[in-house]
Amino acid sequence: MAKSTFNLPAPAPTITRPPAVSGLLAPTRFMRLVALVLFIAAAVLPFISASPYLISILTSAMIYIVLAMGLNVVVGYAGLLDLGFIAFMAVGAYTSGILTTQFGWSMFESIPVVVLACIAAGLIIGGPTLRLRSDYLAIVTLGFGEIIRITAKNLQITGGATGIHGIPTWSFFGWSFKDGLELGGITFNSKILLYYFVLFVGIGLAVVAVSRLGKGKLGRAWKSVRDDEDVSEAMGINGYKTKLMAYIIGAIWGGFAGTLMAAHLSAISPNSFEFLYSALVLMAVVLGGMGSTPGVIIGALFVSLAPEFLRDFSEWRYLLFGVLLVVVMIFRPKGIWPATAVLPFLKKRNIEEVPPTEAVTVVGELDDEFGDELDGKRNANEEGTR
Amino acid sequence: MSDVSTSADAGSAAVDSVAEPAAASQFAGAPILEVKDLAVSFGGIKAVNGLTFSVHEGEIVSVIGPNGAGKTSAFNCISGFYRPNQGSVVFDGSPITRNKPSRITQLGMARTFQNVRLFKEMTVLENVKTGMHTRLKQNVFDAMLHTPRYRRSEAQCTEDARGWLDFVGFRADDELLVTQLPYGEQRRVEIARALATQPKLLLLDEPAAGLNHNEKQELIELIRKIRNLGVGIVLIEHDMGLVMEISERIVVLNYGKEIADGTPEQIKNDPAVIAAYLGEDDDE
Repeated sequence: MAKSTFNLPAPAPTITRPPAVSGLLAPTRFMRLVALVLFIAAAVLPFISASPYLISILTSAMIYIVLAMGLNVVVGYAGLLDLGFIAFMAVGAYTSGILTTQFGWSMFESIPVVVLACIAAGLIIGGPTLRLRSDYLAIVTLGFGEIIRITAKNLQITGGATGIHGIPTWSFFGWSFKDGLELGGITFNSKILLYYFVLFVGIGLAVVAVSRLGKGKLGRAWKSVRDDEDVSEAMGINGYKTKLMAYIIGAIWGGFAGTLMAAHLSAISPNSFEFLYSALVLMAVVLGGMGSTPGVIIGALFVSLAPEFLRDFSEWRYLLFGVLLVVVMIFRPKGIWPATAVLPFLKKRNIEEVPPTEAVTVVGELDDEFGDELDGKRNANEEGTR
Repeated sequence: MSDVSTSADAGSAAVDSVAEPAAASQFAGAPILEVKDLAVSFGGIKAVNGLTFSVHEGEIVSVIGPNGAGKTSAFNCISGFYRPNQGSVVFDGSPITRNKPSRITQLGMARTFQNVRLFKEMTVLENVKTGMHTRLKQNVFDAMLHTPRYRRSEAQCTEDARGWLDFVGFRADDELLVTQLPYGEQRRVEIARALATQPKLLLLDEPAAGLNHNEKQELIELIRKIRNLGVGIVLIEHDMGLVMEISERIVVLNYGKEIADGTPEQIKNDPAVIAAYLGEDDDE
């Protein structure tokens, strides 16, 4: 039987809608500006105070942001509960750790292998399990996290329980951060160079790339699978492939964070990849706001910096930390900055207030305030087309 | 015995203004959807039991039947959500029995759901854009780097989505979250999203449920408008007025079996249909 050649072109838009807000108060532009200001502040900071402690905790915090943005793809966009995400970080950290200490590669050269290893890990864990629904998936990922950790603890090549020591910092084509850099009379030591590297490359890749991914075709597919998998199938979206893609991309980001962490700490051991850390990263995403870039950044900063600020309370700090979390979740159940939130003084459209027209409203037809609001907008639109 | 279509006359005058389609007897070609001997059972219950019907391009076919007659189950089998135990479904020349729903949509069949099922955490525009998923030409790197190809495909996608929203008569702000819309508007968005997949055949599962009188009239106009684009439509509906007014053919199910298939006029007078809806006459 011949296939029908019928093709349905989309009709051209016919309704003139209110224009989008332009200028500084457009939500995307405003948020971009805020991001730029924060970015510059972070870049200037080492000139103000370059204490090793501050640089060290800020580098860790930024690596947490990379990690949390990776998990945000899996949990926030695709809605897959992953309780073993730190395993991908372990894969990345161990791969680059082994290649640099035992094979004499540079960090930079190890990146392609790390990416391949993470894709393989994502496929191995995601391939068979992503056909499961979320509860089972959570249990499998929890198991996977433990398997990776225990494997690392028992293998010779990974250094057993003591792990790998003496991992070199980043280097490119023979030039290492260790050599330092002198620019205009200011000497940057290796820690500060790594700080800038994480700031420019890590944050650039994690924040910019992941938030852009969330807005494109694949991002919409992920969100549709999260909101209603059956319906997204009815839109022609292959749910399994889409979820596997989320897993692989999340794994790559996790692995990248792992190599950064290995270079930052110069030593890794199985204890760095316990379940607690998976839970902390998950907490960063859930606390900040699933699928929300500003939310996840806030969450990651909170999770990584709060224990430092609570250091005075010594053993009590994790208890305080827990209480704080419970309080936040009570008052902001969708996270500190939910994905759909827009700052109250920003709006997307210039919608003019139209005075209610007389003798149009039928009593009882519009009984909720939302109906009224829509009706106002509808009138505004009709005025516009006439 | 009373007529099945007691509520049919209500408001039919209002619809006369809609342009009548070309001749009703234009369906001579090969059918776009052919369902043969379809059956599915859950445990011991035969939800669909030997259903056979076909739909042509640009035809409006209604599937009616009492509650629990197997209408939605049949829909789910056709669109790939249930795996039928027996029978075959041929869509546009390719057998699609037991295919994945996403594959069936890619071949050109779209559907809506009995209770509106939109993506709740997405805006109206994003919901409709989701329908265009398979047609968008952009990959992961395009999205991360914002290449010209990405910008072009997103701009086209936005314009097409707006076009479909305007087509279904959605006039509210398309940047709203779908949960912020009243129910009737959500129905429109769902139809726009299904149309955005650019289907050859559209399955509507009770599109009039929960709509008021005016909204139903608008729905009738909309369904005719979609048909006039050349899209075949299969409709499950309980509102007999709407069904009688709009359908070119009606398939009646009861207990998973087809009991009648014909024009609205034939169905109205079919004794088996009347019996199914009103019960058998006892010996008087």
